[in-house]
Amino acid sequence: MGGRDTDIVLLDENGIRSDGRKVNETRKVSIKAGVLKNANGSAYIEFGENKILVGVYGPRDVHPKHMSDTDTGILRCRYHMSPFSVGERKNPAPSRREVEISKVIKEALEPALMLKQFPRTAVDVFMEILQADGGTRCAALTGASVALADAGIPMRDLVAGCAAGKAADAIILDVNNEEDQAGQADLPIGYMPNLEKITLLQLDGILTPDEYKQCIELGIDGCKQVYEIQKKALQEKYFTNGGTD
Amino acid sequence: MASSSIIDQLKKNQILDMLKDEKRIDGRAFDEVRELSIDVGVIPKAEGSARARLGDTEVVAGVKIQPERPFPDTGDQGMLICTAEILPIAHPDVETGPPSPPVVELARVTDRGIRESKMIDMKQLVLEKNKSVVGIFCDNAVTDHDGNLFDACSYATTAALNSCKIPKYEMKDEVPTKVENEFDDPPITTLPVSVTMAKIDDYIIVDPNLDEWSIMDARITITTNSDGNIVALQKGGADGFTHDDLIKCGEISAKVGLKIREIIKESSSGGN
Repeated sequence: MGGRDTDIVLLDENGIRSDGRKVNETRKVSIKAGVLKNANGSAYIEFGENKILVGVYGPRDVHPKHMSDTDTGILRCRYHMSPFSVGERKNPAPSRREVEISKVIKEALEPALMLKQFPRTAVDVFMEILQADGGTRCAALTGASVALADAGIPMRDLVAGCAAGKAADAIILDVNNEEDQAGQADLPIGYMPNLEKITLLQLDGILTPDEYKQCIELGIDGCKQVYEIQKKALQEKYFTNGGTD
Repeated sequence: MASSSIIDQLKKNQILDMLKDEKRIDGRAFDEVRELSIDVGVIPKAEGSARARLGDTEVVAGVKIQPERPFPDTGDQGMLICTAEILPIAHPDVETGPPSPPVVELARVTDRGIRESKMIDMKQLVLEKNKSVVGIFCDNAVTDHDGNLFDACSYATTAALNSCKIPKYEMKDEVPTKVENEFDDPPITTLPVSVTMAKIDDYIIVDPNLDEWSIMDARITITTNSDGNIVALQKGGADGFTHDDLIKCGEISAKVGLKIREIIKESSSGGN
């Protein structure tokens, strides 16, 4: 986040961003629930150029056994990038970055799940980033909560993800890859709109206290837009054509 | 797991009873492949990509291309590496962590089919002899597992490589530099296609689904090229094949491979 020099104009004089969006606009988001045969729940999400497949298994027996908890079910998350998802081929072995993102996504989903009903079991969430273009953790989180709902796991709310940030001295919604690389700040947010709770929050870059407030506000607004698309994806699977499940 | 072996035994009895009536559990003929659909260009950031769906088995293959230092003994050839991975979203039994022997076999059989067929003319991928060559990586990700991953990976890989674009590189001060927005078609010489057959008792069936896969006695994967010649073989499983079996399997693989090759050709001319 150094505000690196590039030739790209992140914001033109009309307030239009490098990919044609306004400052308070998200990329195009589309979600499909129930795309895998074997998984108990699944979702495919396209968040701009991000393409992510999420599969959920469980509640099921815990292996290794010592991880199980007699009081509650446990949640395990794996965020993984395919070797072909980025410009230079990525080594398929999990990186430290992927381990950290897996952890923050897990902690963003846990508040929404009612796992006390399933003691000694595990719910596994696997997120595969088939193509990455900035903001994958928010997109993966968004897809994961749809997949969990598709799996029929009792939930208090869906968690929607969207980042806010700062590029070319403007506060912007849904930071894309270019803006992340050349911009000044990236603040991903995970949010439960009904419970009005933020469950994922990170920041890379520098913001004044005032900009920080604006980012949170704008980010929550983005999450609410994403939330509507999440609900639509579930409605499409379960409420149209009588639902097949 | 003891419980699953009882289920497997019951399943095996049922499948075998049906085979005796010349029927398969999903209604196919013995030499009938499940419906195959291939979409190429599904990952625009990769230099080539394909999603192959064979029945309910699904594989996404992505090609990444970058300059590499050649191996010391093959300085006059480009580099080609194919891998395969079964993602944990594909099946409840898949575990994360280092690849198990069956997954290593899957990756190696996928690689061998492409490599031995000489699908890509590697001699045309040299930037500077012994110093710099074009490296092609084709990574397969299995996203849904309903048996016969060998063929699904083979089709996805062949389709992804066949439709890939190779960036142009120029040597500047001994460093290969990408020429922006200039691409070449890959030097494709042939389209390798594998056909996997399972042996259950004395019956030979093509493209086993997961039920058949889990109870089969032995399997054989035969890869043929565009001329109908056999370029790679892999036998697996605890039983053996007779001489007659092998002749029959060779004939089936050529016949079935012909149809599959047409679907792959169509995918890269129609899509993208």
